Amino acid sequence: MIEFLHSYYAYWAIILLLVIGLYGMLVKTNLMKKVIGMIIFQNAIILLFVAAAFKWDATVPVLDPAYPSEDPVNYLNPLPHTLMLTAIVVGVAIVGVAFALLIAIYRNYGTLEEPVLMERMRSE
Amino acid sequence: MEAWVHLAVAILLPAFFGALVAVIFPARWRNAPWVTAVITSGLAFAASVAGLVYTASRGEVRYYLGGWEPPMGIELVMDPLSAFFCAVVTGMAFFVFIHGKTVVPRETPGKEAAFYSTALLLVGGLLGIVLTGDLFNLYVFLEISSLAGYALVAIGDRRAPFSAFRYLILGTIGASFYLLGVAFIAMETGSFNMGDVARVVPALGDSAPATVGLILIVFGIGLKMALFPMHGWLSDAYTYATSTSTAIIAPIGTKVAAYVLLRGCFYMFDPDFVREGIPLTTIIGYLGAVGIIWGSVLAIAQSDLKRMLAFSSVSQVGYIALGVGLASPLGMIGAVLHTLNHAVMKACLFLVNTNILSRFGHTDIRRFDRTFRIRMPWTMAAFTLAAISMIGLPPTAGFFSKWYLVLGSWENANYVFLGVILVSSLLNVVYFFRVLEKIYLRTDGEPYDEKNEREDAAVEREESPASMLFPTVFLAASLLVLGLANAFIVTYFIRPMIPSGL
Repeated sequence: MIEFLHSYYAYWAIILLLVIGLYGMLVKTNLMKKVIGMIIFQNAIILLFVAAAFKWDATVPVLDPAYPSEDPVNYLNPLPHTLMLTAIVVGVAIVGVAFALLIAIYRNYGTLEEPVLMERMRSE
Repeated sequence: MEAWVHLAVAILLPAFFGALVAVIFPARWRNAPWVTAVITSGLAFAASVAGLVYTASRGEVRYYLGGWEPPMGIELVMDPLSAFFCAVVTGMAFFVFIHGKTVVPRETPGKEAAFYSTALLLVGGLLGIVLTGDLFNLYVFLEISSLAGYALVAIGDRRAPFSAFRYLILGTIGASFYLLGVAFIAMETGSFNMGDVARVVPALGDSAPATVGLILIVFGIGLKMALFPMHGWLSDAYTYATSTSTAIIAPIGTKVAAYVLLRGCFYMFDPDFVREGIPLTTIIGYLGAVGIIWGSVLAIAQSDLKRMLAFSSVSQVGYIALGVGLASPLGMIGAVLHTLNHAVMKACLFLVNTNILSRFGHTDIRRFDRTFRIRMPWTMAAFTLAAISMIGLPPTAGFFSKWYLVLGSWENANYVFLGVILVSSLLNVVYFFRVLEKIYLRTDGEPYDEKNEREDAAVEREESPASMLFPTVFLAASLLVLGLANAFIVTYFIRPMIPSGL
């Protein structure tokens, strides 16, 4: 059991982050906290890719005489890691749009608390 | 053969190119962004139709971006399925853009360039989703189209930014779950290329990570598709956005998600496995069935035309999910044909909604009356035709897609689906005839008399300008053409796309 927990420790942390992110997005009533939850959620998935593609004692896939170049066991697959650079950029763009929307909401209604916001929208 | 390979990229490029070009014109060239949008979406439409005809006769086309072969590089795959969806997306975009000539400058004055640029990004993103052969690339295109979608939904009345924000949160959850699913599939198969995955997955046998990956993808895409019970974002987002935003997003946004569902369940995975191994398609089908009834009932409860159409979208997406749920050739034909038919119907209905809003300043069904018929005869005729098609009366297009779904349900001996399709058609009658009654009949039940005739003669005709009328009437008329040509479409374009295992 301990062995099982230990050998997958990175994944436990990622699952925890995913749950925290979902909780923030779905339960919190402050819109800014929802965005924070969203950022945590996205980054947890990025970490999952990074953790899954990592292995100990391996190196970048460069043909170097110092390493036995025929054996792929010695090399990391760099593709998931490089793809995550794109995912990070996508995440930043989403957060930017989310903040722009929050500014628009605040200008229109003067609040970011969901219950107050719903009240003001209904009373229009 | 060599030159035709470039068709795949010729569909994708005009939209992104147009998005860049639309913003460079000086502000005094008021119509330049509109012209750009119409020309680029028209070019993409022409390329899509050419691709559709080509793939129907000669099979799929693969284009390696930058000359890098998969699995290292990203490939665009244009097979009959993706060419069909490209044609739907670009065709609807083309007609909605034509319609926007006077609407967009009035609803978003001074921001035409930004509007058309964002809308073209949306179209480009959706085309990318349809064309790409790479799972991660699909995620990137999904986010491109979603980000453009959030921006388009946020333009609108005071409540629009909040509905766009809710759409953003749920849309991001959906896209993130998709990415999570891709992570599981990539870990198990070692490739992001859909073709590779399709080759490796059967060899894995009963692989838990791949199954979990597929379920996560279906869940994430279900959110994007507004599959019941994940449809909460859709109604507000469509209602509060500007007319042209809704008209461009509503017909094609959820359909492309349905494409990902088809691609994931029937092409990437073995249809037998998805049908029998895990009852995934059955669950999708029943969720769709509940969504059909739920969306129709809520549509009846609405007093605003635009909101009613938004809920009807939830119901119509249910038909596509129901077709996926049947997991049979007939169900697939029904789902794909309904995608086309519903895109045309919904685009037409939202354009009618815009015409009414532009002329009368409201879309409150309770305030509709008989003068509408005289003031806007063509618009109302288009509405009637689209409404009849939504209900599913022959010979309009809507009948035939429902017919294939009914045949598929009958073949599978699934009488629940059969009942749902019949009941929902009756519910559609309720919410559309409610509007038609207001427009064409006296509401007090008295016969039409001379006094009415004098009243009607005094009403002036104020039809919409040609730029708005042409797309509306053309789409309505094409419903008849699509209905009559359904056998041709099914035989030449939809039959070749049915995967071998289905």
